[in-house]
Amino acid sequence: MAKLKQQSLRKRENQLASANRQLEILNSGIFADGELPTFAKKIKQTNQFPLRPKKLEILQINVGYMCNQVCEHCHVDAGPDRKEIMTWQTMQKCLEVIKNTGAHTLDLTGGAPEMNPNFRRFVEKASQAGIKDFIVRSNLTIIRANKKYHDLPQFFKKYNIHVVSSMPHWTRGKTDKQRGEGVFDMSIKALEQLNAVGYGMPGSSLKLDLVYNPNGAYLPGDQASMEKEFKSALLADFNIQFHHLFAITNLPISRFLDYLIASENYEEYMYQLVEAYNPAAVQNVMCTNTISISWDGYLYDCDFNQMLDLKLASKITHINQYNESILSNRNIVISQHCFGCTAGAGSSCQGVVTT
Amino acid sequence: MANNYYDPKDLRKFGKITQWSEELGNKFFDYYGKVFEEGALTAREKSLIALAVSHTEQCPYCIDAYTKDSLERGVTKEQMMEAIHVGAAIKSGATLVHGTMMMNKVNKLEM
Repeated sequence: MAKLKQQSLRKRENQLASANRQLEILNSGIFADGELPTFAKKIKQTNQFPLRPKKLEILQINVGYMCNQVCEHCHVDAGPDRKEIMTWQTMQKCLEVIKNTGAHTLDLTGGAPEMNPNFRRFVEKASQAGIKDFIVRSNLTIIRANKKYHDLPQFFKKYNIHVVSSMPHWTRGKTDKQRGEGVFDMSIKALEQLNAVGYGMPGSSLKLDLVYNPNGAYLPGDQASMEKEFKSALLADFNIQFHHLFAITNLPISRFLDYLIASENYEEYMYQLVEAYNPAAVQNVMCTNTISISWDGYLYDCDFNQMLDLKLASKITHINQYNESILSNRNIVISQHCFGCTAGAGSSCQGVVTT
Repeated sequence: MANNYYDPKDLRKFGKITQWSEELGNKFFDYYGKVFEEGALTAREKSLIALAVSHTEQCPYCIDAYTKDSLERGVTKEQMMEAIHVGAAIKSGATLVHGTMMMNKVNKLEM
Protein backbone atom coordinates (compact mmCIF):
# COMPACT_ATOMS: atom_id res chain seq x y z
CA MET A 1 0.00 0.00 0.00
CA ALA A 2 1.31 3.41 -0.90
CA LYS A 3 2.34 5.72 1.94
CA LEU A 4 1.14 9.11 0.81
CA LYS A 5 1.39 12.61 2.16
CA GLN A 6 -1.63 13.28 4.23
CA GLN A 7 -3.11 16.75 3.94
CA SER A 8 -4.05 19.45 1.46
CA LEU A 9 -3.03 23.11 1.91
CA ARG A 10 -6.66 23.80 2.78
CA LYS A 11 -6.69 21.25 5.58
CA ARG A 12 -3.38 22.60 6.90
CA GLU A 13 -4.90 26.11 6.82
CA ASN A 14 -1.96 27.25 4.70
CA GLN A 15 -2.47 30.81 3.39
CA LEU A 16 -1.90 29.56 -0.17
CA ALA A 17 -5.16 27.62 0.02
CA SER A 18 -6.71 31.04 -0.67
CA ALA A 19 -7.03 31.96 -4.36
CA ASN A 20 -6.82 35.65 -3.44
CA ARG A 21 -3.53 35.17 -1.64
CA GLN A 22 -2.10 33.32 -4.65
CA LEU A 23 -3.18 36.13 -6.98
CA GLU A 24 -1.69 38.71 -4.63
CA ILE A 25 1.67 36.94 -4.87
CA LEU A 26 1.43 36.61 -8.66
CA ASN A 27 0.62 40.32 -9.02
CA SER A 28 3.23 41.67 -6.62
CA GLY A 29 7.01 41.58 -6.21
CA ILE A 30 8.93 41.16 -9.46
CA PHE A 31 5.79 41.80 -11.52
CA ALA A 32 4.68 44.91 -9.59
CA ASP A 33 8.06 46.65 -9.62
CA GLY A 34 8.54 46.10 -13.35
CA GLU A 35 11.49 43.70 -13.03
CA LEU A 36 9.45 41.29 -15.17
CA PRO A 37 6.60 42.20 -17.53
CA THR A 38 3.11 41.05 -16.60
CA PHE A 39 1.44 38.51 -18.89
CA ALA A 40 -0.90 41.21 -20.20
CA LYS A 41 2.05 43.44 -21.08
CA LYS A 42 3.89 40.58 -22.73
CA ILE A 43 1.00 39.56 -24.99
CA LYS A 44 0.40 43.22 -25.84
CA GLN A 45 3.98 43.36 -27.14
CA THR A 46 3.15 40.54 -29.55
CA ASN A 47 -0.28 41.99 -30.46
CA GLN A 48 -2.21 39.16 -28.83
CA PHE A 49 -4.13 41.18 -26.24
CA PRO A 50 -6.92 40.65 -25.34
CA LEU A 51 -6.76 36.89 -25.57
CA ARG A 52 -9.94 35.68 -27.24
CA PRO A 53 -11.47 32.21 -27.59
CA LYS A 54 -11.51 30.39 -30.93
CA LYS A 55 -13.80 27.50 -31.82
CA LEU A 56 -14.79 25.51 -28.72
CA GLU A 57 -13.25 22.04 -28.93
CA ILE A 58 -12.95 20.76 -25.38
CA LEU A 59 -15.34 20.69 -22.45
CA GLN A 60 -13.34 19.93 -19.33
CA ILE A 61 -15.37 18.96 -16.30
CA ASN A 62 -13.83 18.79 -12.85
CA VAL A 63 -16.09 16.38 -10.97
CA GLY A 64 -14.47 17.02 -7.59
CA TYR A 65 -11.27 17.77 -5.71
CA MET A 66 -11.21 14.54 -3.69
CA CYS A 67 -8.21 12.36 -4.50
CA ASN A 68 -6.46 9.34 -3.00
CA GLN A 69 -3.10 11.09 -3.47
CA VAL A 70 -1.63 14.36 -2.20
CA CYS A 71 0.97 15.18 -4.85
CA GLU A 72 3.62 17.82 -4.15
CA HIS A 73 2.92 19.83 -7.30
CA CYS A 74 -0.90 19.53 -7.46
CA HIS A 75 -2.52 22.70 -8.82
CA VAL A 76 -5.91 21.56 -7.51
CA ASP A 77 -4.69 21.07 -3.91
CA ALA A 78 -6.54 17.78 -4.15
CA GLY A 79 -6.49 15.08 -1.50
CA PRO A 80 -8.56 12.70 0.59
CA ASP A 81 -9.64 15.60 2.82
CA ARG A 82 -11.22 17.64 0.00
CA LYS A 83 -14.98 17.26 0.09
CA GLU A 84 -15.93 19.33 -2.97
CA ILE A 85 -17.72 16.78 -5.15
CA MET A 86 -20.04 17.40 -8.11
CA THR A 87 -23.60 16.38 -7.28
CA TRP A 88 -25.78 14.26 -9.57
CA GLN A 89 -27.97 17.31 -10.08
CA THR A 90 -25.03 19.32 -11.48
CA MET A 91 -23.96 16.30 -13.52
CA GLN A 92 -27.40 16.23 -15.12
CA LYS A 93 -26.92 19.88 -16.10
CA CYS A 94 -23.55 18.90 -17.58
CA LEU A 95 -25.22 16.09 -19.54
CA GLU A 96 -27.64 18.57 -21.12
CA VAL A 97 -24.66 20.73 -22.15
CA ILE A 98 -22.76 17.71 -23.50
CA LYS A 99 -25.74 16.71 -25.66
CA ASN A 100 -25.81 20.10 -27.36
CA THR A 101 -22.19 21.18 -27.38
CA GLY A 102 -20.15 21.86 -30.50
CA ALA A 103 -17.06 20.53 -28.67
CA HIS A 104 -15.58 17.26 -29.97
CA THR A 105 -13.77 16.35 -26.74
CA LEU A 106 -15.07 15.73 -23.24
CA ASP A 107 -12.37 15.73 -20.58
CA LEU A 108 -13.17 14.54 -17.05
CA THR A 109 -10.73 15.51 -14.35
CA GLY A 110 -10.46 15.96 -10.59
CA GLY A 111 -9.01 15.08 -8.00
CA ALA A 112 -9.50 11.48 -8.83
CA PRO A 113 -12.71 11.67 -10.91
CA GLU A 114 -13.40 8.00 -10.18
CA MET A 115 -13.97 8.88 -6.50
CA ASN A 116 -17.13 10.80 -7.32
CA PRO A 117 -19.89 8.35 -6.30
CA ASN A 118 -21.81 9.10 -9.51
CA PHE A 119 -18.76 8.81 -11.77
CA ARG A 120 -19.79 5.58 -13.53
CA ARG A 121 -23.40 6.66 -14.00
CA PHE A 122 -22.18 9.94 -15.47
CA VAL A 123 -19.71 8.27 -17.86
CA GLU A 124 -22.40 5.86 -19.06
CA LYS A 125 -24.86 8.68 -19.82
CA ALA A 126 -22.24 11.03 -21.28
CA SER A 127 -20.92 8.32 -23.60
CA GLN A 128 -24.35 8.23 -25.29
CA ALA A 129 -23.99 11.85 -26.44
CA GLY A 130 -21.78 10.95 -29.40
CA ILE A 131 -18.69 12.85 -28.24
CA LYS A 132 -15.73 11.95 -30.47
CA ASP A 133 -13.01 11.85 -27.82
CA PHE A 134 -14.01 11.06 -24.23
CA ILE A 135 -11.07 11.53 -21.86
CA VAL A 136 -10.81 10.49 -18.23
CA ARG A 137 -7.74 11.76 -16.35
CA SER A 138 -6.92 8.85 -14.09
CA ASN A 139 -4.06 8.99 -11.59
CA LEU A 140 -3.49 5.20 -12.04
CA THR A 141 -3.11 4.41 -8.33
CA ILE A 142 -6.88 4.73 -7.87
CA ILE A 143 -7.24 1.50 -9.87
CA ARG A 144 -5.24 -0.29 -7.16
CA ALA A 145 -6.43 1.78 -4.16
CA ASN A 146 -9.51 -0.26 -3.34
CA LYS A 147 -11.21 -3.41 -4.61
CA LYS A 148 -14.17 -1.41 -5.90
CA TYR A 149 -11.85 0.31 -8.40
CA HIS A 150 -10.00 -2.81 -9.63
CA ASP A 151 -12.33 -3.24 -12.62
CA LEU A 152 -11.87 0.35 -13.89
CA PRO A 153 -9.80 -0.80 -16.93
CA GLN A 154 -12.72 -2.98 -18.09
CA PHE A 155 -15.16 -0.15 -17.36
CA PHE A 156 -13.07 2.32 -19.37
CA LYS A 157 -12.90 -0.18 -22.22
CA LYS A 158 -16.67 -0.70 -22.23
CA TYR A 159 -17.24 3.01 -22.89
CA ASN A 160 -14.20 3.47 -25.12
CA ILE A 161 -12.71 6.01 -22.72
CA HIS A 162 -9.45 7.69 -23.67
CA VAL A 163 -7.33 7.27 -20.53
CA VAL A 164 -4.80 10.00 -19.73
CA SER A 165 -2.62 9.25 -16.72
CA SER A 166 0.09 11.00 -14.76
CA MET A 167 3.55 9.43 -14.68
CA PRO A 168 6.25 11.93 -13.74
CA HIS A 169 9.19 9.66 -14.50
CA TRP A 170 10.16 6.18 -15.60
CA THR A 171 12.08 5.63 -12.36
CA ARG A 172 10.68 4.84 -8.92
CA GLY A 173 12.68 7.49 -7.03
CA LYS A 174 11.56 10.51 -9.04
CA THR A 175 7.95 9.38 -9.23
CA ASP A 176 7.57 8.64 -5.52
CA LYS A 177 9.24 11.90 -4.52
CA GLN A 178 6.56 13.88 -6.33
CA ARG A 179 3.50 11.70 -5.82
CA GLY A 180 4.13 9.76 -2.61
CA GLU A 181 5.96 6.60 -1.54
CA GLY A 182 4.76 3.48 -3.32
CA VAL A 183 3.00 5.39 -6.11
CA PHE A 184 5.41 4.16 -8.77
CA ASP A 185 4.84 0.46 -8.06
CA MET A 186 1.07 0.93 -7.86
CA SER A 187 1.10 2.90 -11.12
CA ILE A 188 3.06 0.13 -12.87
CA LYS A 189 0.52 -2.45 -11.70
CA ALA A 190 -2.34 -0.27 -12.94
CA LEU A 191 -0.61 0.20 -16.30
CA GLU A 192 -0.19 -3.60 -16.55
CA GLN A 193 -3.94 -3.95 -16.00
CA LEU A 194 -4.69 -1.33 -18.65
CA ASN A 195 -2.31 -3.00 -21.14
CA ALA A 196 -3.92 -6.38 -20.36
CA VAL A 197 -7.33 -5.20 -21.62
CA GLY A 198 -5.74 -3.59 -24.70
CA TYR A 199 -5.08 -0.02 -23.57
CA GLY A 200 -1.93 1.58 -24.98
CA MET A 201 -0.99 -1.35 -27.19
CA PRO A 202 0.42 -0.60 -30.64
CA GLY A 203 -2.44 -0.14 -33.10
CA SER A 204 -5.08 -0.37 -30.36
CA SER A 205 -8.02 2.03 -30.54
CA LEU A 206 -8.08 2.04 -26.73
CA LYS A 207 -6.01 5.16 -26.17
CA LEU A 208 -3.66 5.39 -23.20
CA ASP A 209 -1.52 8.52 -22.93
CA LEU A 210 0.78 9.52 -20.10
CA VAL A 211 1.37 12.96 -18.65
CA TYR A 212 4.85 14.04 -17.64
CA ASN A 213 5.46 17.08 -15.51
CA PRO A 214 8.80 18.10 -14.03
CA ASN A 215 9.80 17.10 -10.54
CA GLY A 216 10.80 20.55 -9.42
CA ALA A 217 11.56 24.11 -10.40
CA TYR A 218 12.47 23.52 -14.03
CA LEU A 219 10.64 23.29 -17.34
CA PRO A 220 9.80 20.08 -19.19
CA GLY A 221 12.26 18.94 -21.83
CA ASP A 222 11.38 18.25 -25.44
CA GLN A 223 8.15 16.20 -25.49
CA ALA A 224 9.16 13.91 -28.38
CA SER A 225 12.54 13.06 -26.80
CA MET A 226 10.93 12.44 -23.42
CA GLU A 227 8.32 10.19 -25.02
CA LYS A 228 11.11 8.14 -26.59
CA GLU A 229 12.89 7.78 -23.23
CA PHE A 230 9.68 6.87 -21.39
CA LYS A 231 8.69 4.31 -24.00
CA SER A 232 12.01 2.56 -24.13
CA ALA A 233 12.46 2.48 -20.31
CA LEU A 234 8.91 1.33 -19.47
CA LEU A 235 9.04 -1.36 -22.15
CA ALA A 236 12.50 -2.63 -21.16
CA ASP A 237 11.93 -2.55 -17.40
CA PHE A 238 8.25 -3.48 -17.08
CA ASN A 239 6.97 -4.48 -20.52
CA ILE A 240 4.54 -1.52 -20.34
CA GLN A 241 3.24 0.19 -23.49
CA PHE A 242 1.40 3.47 -24.04
CA HIS A 243 0.60 5.76 -26.95
CA HIS A 244 1.70 9.35 -26.36
CA LEU A 245 3.42 11.38 -23.69
CA PHE A 246 2.11 14.86 -22.88
CA ALA A 247 4.75 17.13 -21.34
CA ILE A 248 3.06 19.66 -19.06
CA THR A 249 4.67 22.64 -17.37
CA ASN A 250 3.96 23.10 -13.66
CA LEU A 251 2.07 26.36 -13.20
CA PRO A 252 3.01 28.57 -10.26
CA ILE A 253 -0.19 28.14 -8.29
CA SER A 254 -1.43 26.20 -5.26
CA ARG A 255 0.91 23.49 -3.95
CA PHE A 256 3.55 24.11 -6.61
CA LEU A 257 3.57 27.81 -5.72
CA ASP A 258 3.93 26.82 -2.07
CA TYR A 259 6.90 24.62 -3.01
CA LEU A 260 8.49 27.37 -5.14
CA ILE A 261 8.28 29.90 -2.32
CA ALA A 262 9.40 27.50 0.43
CA SER A 263 12.40 26.34 -1.63
CA GLU A 264 13.28 29.93 -2.64
CA ASN A 265 12.85 29.07 -6.30
CA TYR A 266 9.87 31.34 -7.07
CA GLU A 267 11.68 34.30 -8.67
CA GLU A 268 14.08 32.16 -10.67
CA TYR A 269 11.18 29.99 -11.91
CA MET A 270 9.16 33.04 -12.99
CA TYR A 271 12.24 34.32 -14.84
CA GLN A 272 12.49 30.99 -16.65
CA LEU A 273 8.83 31.11 -17.66
CA VAL A 274 9.00 34.70 -18.87
CA GLU A 275 12.29 34.19 -20.72
CA ALA A 276 10.86 31.12 -22.45
CA TYR A 277 7.74 33.06 -23.55
CA ASN A 278 6.75 31.92 -27.03
CA PRO A 279 4.15 33.98 -28.96
CA ALA A 280 3.42 30.95 -31.18
CA ALA A 281 2.28 29.04 -28.08
CA VAL A 282 -0.16 31.86 -27.24
CA GLN A 283 -1.97 31.17 -30.53
CA ASN A 284 -2.88 27.64 -29.43
CA VAL A 285 -3.04 27.89 -25.69
CA MET A 286 -5.82 25.66 -24.32
CA CYS A 287 -8.03 28.41 -22.90
CA THR A 288 -8.69 29.43 -26.51
CA ASN A 289 -10.52 26.16 -27.26
CA THR A 290 -11.67 24.94 -23.83
CA ILE A 291 -14.32 25.67 -21.24
CA SER A 292 -13.69 24.35 -17.76
CA ILE A 293 -16.63 23.47 -15.47
CA SER A 294 -16.11 23.18 -11.72
CA TRP A 295 -17.70 20.71 -9.31
CA ASP A 296 -20.30 23.33 -8.37
CA GLY A 297 -21.13 24.24 -11.97
CA TYR A 298 -19.18 27.48 -12.42
CA LEU A 299 -17.44 28.16 -15.72
CA TYR A 300 -13.79 29.06 -16.27
CA ASP A 301 -11.33 29.52 -19.11
CA CYS A 302 -9.22 26.61 -17.82
CA ASP A 303 -8.71 24.34 -14.81
CA PHE A 304 -5.95 26.67 -13.51
CA ASN A 305 -8.27 29.69 -13.55
CA GLN A 306 -10.81 27.51 -11.77
CA MET A 307 -8.35 26.93 -8.92
CA LEU A 308 -7.63 30.68 -8.76
CA ASP A 309 -11.38 31.35 -8.76
CA LEU A 310 -11.06 33.51 -11.89
CA LYS A 311 -14.53 32.99 -13.37
CA LEU A 312 -15.33 33.64 -17.02
CA ALA A 313 -15.50 37.30 -18.03
CA SER A 314 -19.01 36.87 -19.40
CA LYS A 315 -22.53 37.51 -18.18
CA ILE A 316 -22.74 33.71 -18.15
CA THR A 317 -20.67 32.24 -15.36
CA HIS A 318 -22.64 29.12 -14.42
CA ILE A 319 -23.76 25.97 -16.19
CA ASN A 320 -27.40 26.80 -15.39
CA GLN A 321 -27.18 29.65 -17.94
CA TYR A 322 -24.88 27.84 -20.40
CA ASN A 323 -24.96 29.27 -23.91
CA GLU A 324 -22.04 28.59 -26.24
CA SER A 325 -22.65 31.45 -28.65
CA ILE A 326 -22.70 34.04 -25.85
CA LEU A 327 -19.67 32.41 -24.22
CA SER A 328 -17.67 32.61 -27.43
CA ASN A 329 -17.85 36.40 -27.18
CA ARG A 330 -15.59 37.02 -24.20
CA ASN A 331 -12.06 37.97 -23.26
CA ILE A 332 -10.01 35.28 -21.57
CA VAL A 333 -9.06 36.07 -17.98
CA ILE A 334 -5.28 36.12 -17.52
CA SER A 335 -2.66 36.56 -14.83
CA GLN A 336 1.03 35.77 -14.39
CA HIS A 337 0.42 32.01 -14.03
CA CYS A 338 -0.43 32.04 -17.76
CA PHE A 339 3.32 32.27 -18.53
CA GLY A 340 3.34 28.55 -17.64
CA CYS A 341 1.26 27.71 -20.71
CA THR A 342 3.26 29.88 -23.13
CA ALA A 343 6.80 28.85 -22.18
CA GLY A 344 8.89 27.04 -24.79
CA ALA A 345 6.79 24.70 -26.89
CA GLY A 346 3.77 25.68 -24.79
CA SER A 347 1.77 23.56 -22.39
CA SER A 348 -1.79 22.34 -22.14
CA CYS A 349 -3.71 19.35 -20.83
CA GLN A 350 -2.85 17.80 -24.22
CA GLY A 351 0.86 18.56 -23.86
CA VAL A 352 2.79 20.96 -26.09
CA VAL A 353 0.81 23.36 -28.28
CA THR A 354 3.36 24.06 -31.01
CA THR A 355 5.09 21.76 -33.47
CA MET B 1 31.07 45.99 -9.39
CA ALA B 2 29.62 43.55 -6.88
CA ASN B 3 31.56 42.42 -3.84
CA ASN B 4 31.74 38.87 -5.15
CA TYR B 5 33.10 37.67 -8.47
CA TYR B 6 30.23 35.33 -9.25
CA ASP B 7 26.53 36.27 -9.12
CA PRO B 8 23.89 33.71 -10.27
CA LYS B 9 21.89 36.58 -11.82
CA ASP B 10 24.77 37.25 -14.24
CA LEU B 11 23.89 34.02 -16.06
CA ARG B 12 20.73 35.76 -17.31
CA LYS B 13 22.96 38.46 -18.82
CA PHE B 14 24.94 36.00 -20.94
CA GLY B 15 22.99 36.94 -24.07
CA LYS B 16 24.02 40.57 -23.60
CA ILE B 17 27.63 39.60 -24.43
CA THR B 18 26.64 40.40 -28.04
CA GLN B 19 26.12 44.09 -27.16
CA TRP B 20 29.81 44.95 -27.20
CA SER B 21 30.71 42.79 -30.17
CA GLU B 22 27.59 41.90 -32.06
CA GLU B 23 29.09 39.96 -34.95
CA LEU B 24 31.36 37.75 -32.85
CA GLY B 25 28.69 37.33 -30.17
CA ASN B 26 26.08 36.23 -32.67
CA LYS B 27 28.52 33.86 -34.35
CA PHE B 28 29.26 32.30 -30.97
CA PHE B 29 25.58 31.83 -30.08
CA ASP B 30 24.76 30.41 -33.52
CA TYR B 31 27.59 27.92 -33.12
CA TYR B 32 26.61 27.15 -29.51
CA GLY B 33 22.97 26.53 -30.46
CA LYS B 34 23.96 24.31 -33.38
CA VAL B 35 26.32 22.22 -31.24
CA PHE B 36 23.52 21.31 -28.84
CA GLU B 37 20.98 20.30 -31.48
CA GLU B 38 20.07 16.61 -31.82
CA GLY B 39 22.61 14.98 -34.13
CA ALA B 40 24.58 11.75 -34.04
CA LEU B 41 24.33 12.31 -30.28
CA THR B 42 21.00 13.05 -28.61
CA ALA B 43 20.46 16.42 -26.92
CA ARG B 44 20.31 14.46 -23.66
CA GLU B 45 23.75 12.89 -24.21
CA LYS B 46 25.16 16.30 -25.09
CA SER B 47 23.70 17.76 -21.92
CA LEU B 48 25.47 15.12 -19.82
CA ILE B 49 28.79 15.76 -21.60
CA ALA B 50 28.29 19.50 -20.97
CA LEU B 51 27.57 18.80 -17.31
CA ALA B 52 30.78 16.79 -16.90
CA VAL B 53 32.86 19.43 -18.70
CA SER B 54 31.20 22.19 -16.63
CA HIS B 55 32.70 20.52 -13.57
CA THR B 56 36.16 19.95 -14.99
CA GLU B 57 36.15 23.61 -16.10
CA GLN B 58 34.74 24.51 -12.68
CA CYS B 59 32.36 27.01 -14.26
CA PRO B 60 29.55 27.86 -11.77
CA TYR B 61 27.32 29.29 -14.50
CA CYS B 62 27.70 26.16 -16.60
CA ILE B 63 27.05 23.85 -13.62
CA ASP B 64 23.89 25.82 -12.82
CA ALA B 65 22.71 25.74 -16.45
CA TYR B 66 23.51 22.10 -17.26
CA THR B 67 22.22 20.67 -13.99
CA LYS B 68 18.88 22.27 -14.82
CA ASP B 69 19.14 21.25 -18.46
CA SER B 70 19.83 17.63 -17.45
CA LEU B 71 16.82 17.62 -15.10
CA GLU B 72 14.65 19.01 -17.89
CA ARG B 73 15.73 16.12 -20.09
CA GLY B 74 14.79 13.55 -17.46
CA VAL B 75 18.37 12.68 -16.47
CA THR B 76 18.51 11.10 -13.00
CA LYS B 77 20.84 12.31 -10.26
CA GLU B 78 22.70 8.98 -10.40
CA GLN B 79 23.41 9.52 -14.11
CA MET B 80 24.54 13.10 -13.44
CA MET B 81 26.93 11.99 -10.70
CA GLU B 82 28.39 9.24 -12.91
CA ALA B 83 29.01 11.80 -15.66
CA ILE B 84 30.85 14.03 -13.19
CA HIS B 85 32.98 11.08 -12.09
CA VAL B 86 33.97 10.55 -15.71
CA GLY B 87 35.12 14.16 -15.81
CA ALA B 88 36.89 13.80 -12.45
CA ALA B 89 38.60 10.58 -13.55
CA ILE B 90 39.95 12.21 -16.71
CA LYS B 91 41.03 15.28 -14.76
CA SER B 92 42.91 13.20 -12.15
CA GLY B 93 44.19 10.80 -14.81
CA ALA B 94 45.51 13.74 -16.75
CA THR B 95 47.42 14.86 -13.66
CA LEU B 96 48.72 11.43 -12.85
CA VAL B 97 49.79 10.49 -16.35
CA HIS B 98 52.24 13.40 -16.21
CA GLY B 99 53.96 11.37 -13.52
CA THR B 100 55.61 9.49 -16.37
CA MET B 101 57.42 12.72 -17.27
CA MET B 102 58.69 12.96 -13.73
CA MET B 103 59.77 9.31 -13.85
CA ASN B 104 61.56 9.86 -17.18
CA LYS B 105 63.37 12.87 -15.78
CA VAL B 106 64.37 11.08 -12.57
CA ASN B 107 65.61 8.07 -14.57
CA LYS B 108 67.66 10.35 -16.80
CA LEU B 109 69.21 12.37 -14.00
CA GLU B 110 69.94 9.68 -11.43
CA MET B 111 72.96 7.44 -11.65
